[in-house]
Amino acid sequence: MHSHALRLVTGVLCLGIAACGGEKNATPAGPPAGALRVDDARAGTVKGRVSFEGAPPPNAPVKISADATCMRANASGMTFENFVVTDGGLDNVFVYVKDGLGNYYFDVPAEPVKLDQQGCRYVPHVLGARVGQPIEISNSDDTLHNVHAVANVNREFNFGQPIKGQKNIKTFTAREVMVPLKCDVHGWMQAFAGILDHPYFAVTSNGGKFQLKNLPAGTYTVEAWHEKLPAQTQTVTIGEKASKDVSFTFKM
Amino acid sequence: MTWLHRFSKFVVASTVLLIAAGGMVTSTGSGLSVPDWPNTYGWSMFSFPFDKMVGGILYEHGHRLIASAVGFLTIVLALWTWRVDPRRWMKRLGFAALGAVIVQGLLGGLTVLLLLPAPVSIGHAGLAQLFFCSTIAIALFTSHGWRSASATADDRTLRARAITTTCLVYLQILVGATMRHGKAGLAIPDFPLAFGSLIPPYWNAAIAMHFAHRVGAVAVLVAVLMTTARIWTAHRTDARLRRPALLLVALVLVQGTLGAFVVWSGLQPVINTAHVANGALVLGTSLVLALRSCRPLFASFPQRAAERRAALKGCATTADTAALKGCATASGPGATAEAGGRL
Repeated sequence: MHSHALRLVTGVLCLGIAACGGEKNATPAGPPAGALRVDDARAGTVKGRVSFEGAPPPNAPVKISADATCMRANASGMTFENFVVTDGGLDNVFVYVKDGLGNYYFDVPAEPVKLDQQGCRYVPHVLGARVGQPIEISNSDDTLHNVHAVANVNREFNFGQPIKGQKNIKTFTAREVMVPLKCDVHGWMQAFAGILDHPYFAVTSNGGKFQLKNLPAGTYTVEAWHEKLPAQTQTVTIGEKASKDVSFTFKM
Repeated sequence: MTWLHRFSKFVVASTVLLIAAGGMVTSTGSGLSVPDWPNTYGWSMFSFPFDKMVGGILYEHGHRLIASAVGFLTIVLALWTWRVDPRRWMKRLGFAALGAVIVQGLLGGLTVLLLLPAPVSIGHAGLAQLFFCSTIAIALFTSHGWRSASATADDRTLRARAITTTCLVYLQILVGATMRHGKAGLAIPDFPLAFGSLIPPYWNAAIAMHFAHRVGAVAVLVAVLMTTARIWTAHRTDARLRRPALLLVALVLVQGTLGAFVVWSGLQPVINTAHVANGALVLGTSLVLALRSCRPLFASFPQRAAERRAALKGCATTADTAALKGCATASGPGATAEAGGRL
């Protein structure tokens, strides 16, 4: 009787250990059945520019008197980064493929996307990352920051970075455009992260320029998102090995 | 008892400061500037360096320090009341206040850890006012005036109006807190009109909450004026009622003005906080009026209690005080003395 019970308990324990061990050592979930891989040799590119029509509104000055460290880092003053316009091109616009990718599967990069706090600003101000990709958030300032992701779809988080040089890794588990990140200590600090399940996104820079590389042939909805202006979408059709120019124009 | 009364007034003043500090936390959007609790960025709350209290941390951590001080003062208040006040219900009130401030602290921590869910934050704001009311009640009940002076006139109309006013003010504060934590402070961007009309031409939850707060303000004003009118016509010579009534009218007018400026200034933090703190003063003053209007009931409690005891012991129920005294004395030593100590 005793040996029977012992065998039963041992068996259950072995099963449990095997189950736990199995989960720990499991390889990441592979592509779903029927999923396609992009053939880089046949893929095309969508590139273009986001313009701002007319004179951009001036960025409001930031009152940074609340923290001496921030004041020292911005001795000549600081403004918000709502409108960054160079030669008529609007920067910090998140351009991405919103729809049309179908059943493609993409590996999640292990390389982290970096977000730093420098001079009481987020650098970069707008960023993109993949679902499940690590985001390395660091504090280069000699003052305390908290990092508060005000997510709607993903899980909201808030943590402190009181030490200069501190780094934390965070990941988002679901597609969400955009997730605002803010520092409640320094109310002006804000960043925006676009979280996507594919690699076709870019943040405009150098005068509103962007590029979406290795895009398979097809018809897509491409959206341009700006923090203060209504988003714009375009339908873009691209052939194999083709390069397509797309432009967006924002105005107030 | 005199020193206990003075100390309780100090607790009341400290609580007003605490409510204002809490108002500043919400008004400046600093509620999550310290992401951990009960620690502060890993430091113990009391060892957090002062030079690191920058930006939003100044408001949030400052609020926690003031709250801790008020919590400590409330412990002293509860123990002191328990030691020196002979009234059993006062001992209970002291510990009820202590319980409220403990739950309040836990709610404050919870709302930080849960990233400011509106129901918890509104509960935190609502309980703050109840705790404030408990400290005011203790201060009033330990005052020389309450314990020794003759009762105010027994006026049912005044009592009904004063109690209704206090309840309305508290309800209005809860609606205000819901509006504030629901980010609906500017859901109607103009004042005194709403989108240029008397009634908002379009509605959603935020607009409805905001408009309810405006309607509530009118209801409070009417209730305050009705209470004051009653005092002015029937109890003008009683300074214990006249003074708080006049103060209440003044505070309500200030509150309405502050409310208007909250909208006009686009939720300027200092004005917003002044509106919150003055709201607490409106509630406290209306509570004082309500309690003073109920003072005759407190005076008659011992007699009613003696009547009940007498009835239970088989004595004839009578309003005759001498007969009651005999009965009460017969039914238990010290019964009348206890009755005298219950005011």
